[in-house]
Amino acid sequence: MKKEIPLFIVFITGLFMAVQFFVPHAKSEWVYEYMLDWTIIIGVFALALGIWSFVRVATNKIRRKSENWQYSIVALAGLFGMIIFGLGFWGGVESYMFRNFFNFVMVPLHATMFSLLAFFIASAAFRAFRAHSLLASVLLLSAIIIMIRFNPFLGPLSEPIDSLASWILNFPNMAAKRAIVIGIGLGMVATALKVILGIERTYLGGD
Amino acid sequence: MSGIGVYISLFLIFGGLVTILVYSIKGRDVDRRIIFAFVFFATATAIYYNIEFKETPTTIVKNVFDRLESLPEGSKVLISFDFDPAMKPEVFPMANAFVRHSLVKKHKLYLMSLWPQGQALMTETIEDVIKVEFPEVVYGEDYVMLGYKAGNEGVLNVIITNFRKMYPSDAHNTNIDSIPLFDDVKSAADMDIIFPIGGGKPGPKEWILFVGDPGQVPMAPGLAAVVAPLIYPYYPRQVIGLLGGVKGAAEYESVLRSKYPRFQDVPAPALSMMGPQTLAHIVILSFIVIGNITFFMKRKKANA
Repeated sequence: MKKEIPLFIVFITGLFMAVQFFVPHAKSEWVYEYMLDWTIIIGVFALALGIWSFVRVATNKIRRKSENWQYSIVALAGLFGMIIFGLGFWGGVESYMFRNFFNFVMVPLHATMFSLLAFFIASAAFRAFRAHSLLASVLLLSAIIIMIRFNPFLGPLSEPIDSLASWILNFPNMAAKRAIVIGIGLGMVATALKVILGIERTYLGGD
Repeated sequence: MSGIGVYISLFLIFGGLVTILVYSIKGRDVDRRIIFAFVFFATATAIYYNIEFKETPTTIVKNVFDRLESLPEGSKVLISFDFDPAMKPEVFPMANAFVRHSLVKKHKLYLMSLWPQGQALMTETIEDVIKVEFPEVVYGEDYVMLGYKAGNEGVLNVIITNFRKMYPSDAHNTNIDSIPLFDDVKSAADMDIIFPIGGGKPGPKEWILFVGDPGQVPMAPGLAAVVAPLIYPYYPRQVIGLLGGVKGAAEYESVLRSKYPRFQDVPAPALSMMGPQTLAHIVILSFIVIGNITFFMKRKKANA
């Protein structure tokens, strides 16, 4: 029964939601919206669970004096500091402290991490972007054309390059992306069917 | 773009690249720190000398501009700030450009977010753009801040049928029934255009799938450059156009400035960022070319 009951619930719910999509009736819509409420509630609980999990991992690290445990203190201070500053009696998310911590600590930190990509992309492009086969050459050529297209510095080239880049984006790129999207869609349908029919049971924890 | 300093810097960058090419041809390895130094120098030069380039809007960006431009006064425009500070440099200029364009056309603005960090960024737009550049607009009558709502796609699935169920109040806890902007809004399908801005999940793709398509609402996403190619398949039927990365934002700022001279003096961060990005791209392109020249030369030597 430990497995049969969850399998039964998944089968009934999955089948109902699949059928509901094709029933244009007010009651069917109401049930659908009711189910969505559950999804949102679960999403909110997941957020709370994430915070709790983070706090537990960080406090354990501090208690055991694991490697770089000092960073966990900063992380916890950041978490609770922002929660306190964001609370109503401090003025909420529009308060001076919340806005300044956000603008002058969080924004530069995120931007710094993201901007480091430019350096690694340059290094990787130099070492790995080589025309060592026909397919690699096609990829390389397309990448160069797209990069030139986004480059206003090469003004006189812009007209023909723009047409070529638009063609690459609108035809080969779009065809490939559509094929991937359709493939993913079909894969999702297949996986959903496997879950509904009880063939895929890994979510039960094991076998 | 002016000043002898710019030309000296560009000469040094390109002179350095030619030196590296010669070194590579001679079979010497290029240390990654040299590549990092070139990227740093190229971006620093452009930032220091404030190098800007003229931008010409592409069709895909122009479509977005033209649609917003052609909407009648008082149309409902929803902007969703679905991004965090990491994406901010790329997509925040788009949000501000859409806000400026909407308000200058006297449209009604609805601001919301599916990302928790989005609310603080939305506040920044209100404080730095709306309140400074459009002091005449009134909260609740011309724009409203709905704030962040947890629930990802679930939120979208609900607002496409009923806005009030998901947002019974705005970000200041004011009942939305007492906000004039919601007098004739039942759901997201009542919007005249939606600008989902972001590049993660939930983001523009979810907006297209859960709101744009079922509600038949015109969509014009503003995207981080890395995800723009993923949204191309939805153009032109499910999205009327799109803004991809700093380039897309710069094109929009450029067309906005040329149409409305009052924006000539307001900051155009995307146009300013195009300078460093352009020079960094040229450096990366040069390294790709140098890498391939040395690759072919080495292969030729090995085959000889």
